[in-house]
Amino acid sequence: MRLPIWLLSDRAGLILLATLAIISIVVPVLNLWVPAEHPLHLSAYTVTLLGKYLCYALLAVAVDLVWGYMGILSLGHAAFFALGGYCFGMYLMRQIGARGVYGDPVLPDFMVFLNWKELPWYWHGFDQFGFAVLMVMIVPGLLAFVFGWFAFRSRVSGVYLSIITQALTYALMLAFFRNEMGFGGNNGLTDFKDVLGFSLQADGVRIVLFVFSALALAGGYVLCRWLVSTRMGRVLVAIRDSEDRARFLGYRVEQVKALVFAFSAILAGVAGALYVPQVGIINPGEFAPINSIEAVIWVAVGGRGTLVGAVVGAVLVNYAKTWLTGALPEVWLFALGGLFVAVTLLLPSGLMGLLRRRREVAA
Amino acid sequence: MPIRTGTVHSPLPQAGEGSGVRAVDSTADPLTLSSTHGGEGSERLFRTLEPAGLGLILVLLAIALLWGSPPARADDAELRAVLLELREADFDGKAALIEKLVTLNPSRITPILKALADSRLYYQADPERMVIGRGDGAELAIEEAATGAALGTLSKRDLERITTNNRLRRLIEERLARLGLASADPQQRRAAIEAFLRNPDPAGAELLKARLAVETDLKIKELLTLSLALADLSSPEAPVRAQAAEALGGQLQPEIRGQLARAAAADPDPAVREAAQRAVSRTEFRLQLLSGAETLFFGLSLGSVLILAAIGLAVTFGVMGVINMAHGELMMLGAYTTWLVQQWLPVNWSLPVAIPLAFLVAGLMGIAIERGIIRFLYGRPLETLLATFGVSLILQQAVRSVFSPLNRSVATPDWMSGVLAFGPLELTLNRLVIVGFCIAVFALLWLALQRTRLGLEVRAVAQNRAMARAMGVRSARVDALTFGLGSGIAGVAGVALSQLTNVGPNLGQSYIVDSFMVVVFGGVGNLWGTLVAGLSLGVANKLLEPWAGAVLAKILVLIFLILFIQKRPRGLFPQRGRAAEV
Repeated sequence: MRLPIWLLSDRAGLILLATLAIISIVVPVLNLWVPAEHPLHLSAYTVTLLGKYLCYALLAVAVDLVWGYMGILSLGHAAFFALGGYCFGMYLMRQIGARGVYGDPVLPDFMVFLNWKELPWYWHGFDQFGFAVLMVMIVPGLLAFVFGWFAFRSRVSGVYLSIITQALTYALMLAFFRNEMGFGGNNGLTDFKDVLGFSLQADGVRIVLFVFSALALAGGYVLCRWLVSTRMGRVLVAIRDSEDRARFLGYRVEQVKALVFAFSAILAGVAGALYVPQVGIINPGEFAPINSIEAVIWVAVGGRGTLVGAVVGAVLVNYAKTWLTGALPEVWLFALGGLFVAVTLLLPSGLMGLLRRRREVAA
Repeated sequence: MPIRTGTVHSPLPQAGEGSGVRAVDSTADPLTLSSTHGGEGSERLFRTLEPAGLGLILVLLAIALLWGSPPARADDAELRAVLLELREADFDGKAALIEKLVTLNPSRITPILKALADSRLYYQADPERMVIGRGDGAELAIEEAATGAALGTLSKRDLERITTNNRLRRLIEERLARLGLASADPQQRRAAIEAFLRNPDPAGAELLKARLAVETDLKIKELLTLSLALADLSSPEAPVRAQAAEALGGQLQPEIRGQLARAAAADPDPAVREAAQRAVSRTEFRLQLLSGAETLFFGLSLGSVLILAAIGLAVTFGVMGVINMAHGELMMLGAYTTWLVQQWLPVNWSLPVAIPLAFLVAGLMGIAIERGIIRFLYGRPLETLLATFGVSLILQQAVRSVFSPLNRSVATPDWMSGVLAFGPLELTLNRLVIVGFCIAVFALLWLALQRTRLGLEVRAVAQNRAMARAMGVRSARVDALTFGLGSGIAGVAGVALSQLTNVGPNLGQSYIVDSFMVVVFGGVGNLWGTLVAGLSLGVANKLLEPWAGAVLAKILVLIFLILFIQKRPRGLFPQRGRAAEV
């Protein structure tokens, strides 16, 4: 089998894919077959943590696609991530069945608690895995398409777009906090038991989820890489660098933007859907504007417009977050804030840019 | 000396009991109390007198006794007797005794009846008398019921409480009210009529009628007419009832509304029912107007908060084109400055100090941000957004580390608390002050931008940086000062916010989206647009709240804004001309 040229010429991408392939073999081995007392053994906690990073990395790739290649700084991508998460969370909720605290065979616990008598219409169908997976992609994708369609058609761009995407995620957060919405209000969806009949607590299921996350990241990366290497990808960059000129050359800028924005939202939704079963909870806090902005900083740290950089940035920043919030919780926000300032001032093209410059200097 | 004793012409407590020393003690009390100046001197006077002439004092006492008006003495004795009867009487007996007290109408009637209603009237066995006890502990400060003379403190165990019940309390309230009707104080007359409104009876109506004939105060006259109409509503004659219902329409007192609703539903006469229904609908219309006015006020108040939060942003974002995500945190700094000032200064004086100080703190912080970060990022708005967001995180965490993550509550000065009543419309004073404050800040900013040298330079740089520089404007300095101005205003807004909400590290975050929305809605670079946008968003929010709930109203407004920006990306009042294209 011969790899297509756009993938072959992407050295960093190949390294990333190889790394993903390796960890999705090594991590299961270290977790399942290395005895617990062995120093190389990976605990279930670590596996889940790594899986979480991979989901974040996929979200970062989605952000990088629209920001790095199309120039849209979305401050609302965590909304799509959370929507995907909620869709899958609804499936997991329905899987609990009669094992909830109140033992209602159909209604999730929080609905029984709110004294609801029947399932709201939008909860129907979510007991089917296939339907839920479809919704994981359709709901964020459709929202992004409609939102983007209106926004781009009236040529909202730049800072204005950033602010209304932030308003979007803020409005969604407020809405999901309401109990009347039927998504569990403040507590969100939690207490999941199993997926497709397999217990979420089992080590094997955790490993499978981890491998799926790695696969999703690899797939998302390859799709994005392919997209930016096509003619369409050229148009994206043209739009980023001079939107008016692209429009004058005859490209339907709004349509391209809306489509790519929706595609990016679908990737974010998939990331959210994989994130929820590993973390075990989804609540309205995921819509918080700061989450979206954090995703943007991952991309900025790694280097925007590189896709690989997004993955690197997401993993590094989140690793630092895990470590700092554990070791020095006071310092984390200082560090994150400092990172924002430092990256924008000193490292505008991120770590990948730094690497490239080094190579250029060496050459 | 005789003049001094003359001031004690109030009936001397226990004067008849004979023990001279006791008499001196108890006269000393009213003396020191009643002499407004030189009280210490008179005490010394007594101390020097004490060993010397007990006899002299007794003589003086006798004179005082003779000077006291004999009829008053007799009344006192009767009052005492009636009071002592209260101890043995059952509740019916007590009711009769209360009526008796009312007919006696001594000057002490109000405190005595009030004490009885509050279960603070006690029987003291030795010497046998009724006292009023004050205080909550086992030791009560007591005073003689009949005279009001203070008698020091006494243990509760030595006293026997005069019991009462709710029927007696109602009776007391009513009788006191009736007494109040003849009072010279209009406040008391009003209270008396209102008591009648709560509890109308035919006997009371007669009293009111009598009062109406002689009443001179217009407002009280009006209230009297109303009360009589309310009494007429239960008249046996249908035309009188119908007329009364007509007269009562549009009145907001709950008692009147209740009676009218009852008449509208259940009056035996159809004409009266109809009249009452008309009256009820008039009342409802007035209520709607009132709630409309209230909503408008709340909307204005929310709007002025939004304006205060957004107006600094209108300078940094609107005039300079710099996205400052740390704007909310600058407000937070202003709020914390207020809190700090209150740690040092009395609350009432804190705000006038806090406002300039907050301006300074936030303004300097703003200048530091501009010089340290933003100036390297001009022309790259998205990077500016990210960098200032980083600053906001740092500031938040700094506050959390320095002041603790808990909310601090900032006290409201006395002159800002309370309500201002315009008829039935009651406006909370602190919100009213903030509306005024918002207008003042807006006016000052407008003047600063239009009428000062700096304002001129700011506008010049905003319109055409290169040309302004060519004309000798030091644009870098202007940038820093403009940013400082916008940030300083954020700090001042923080002082206002500290009066409305808790001050915590998250204070700024909750306003940042809102304030950007206001600026964008109003049109970037347009102060008046910000004003109109803030007010209309505030009012819209409050108008939606009654039927949508607070959170949903906010969501609806956000959705409206998102749609609006798509329709008119440049806001309500877009900038026109060359400046808009830069």
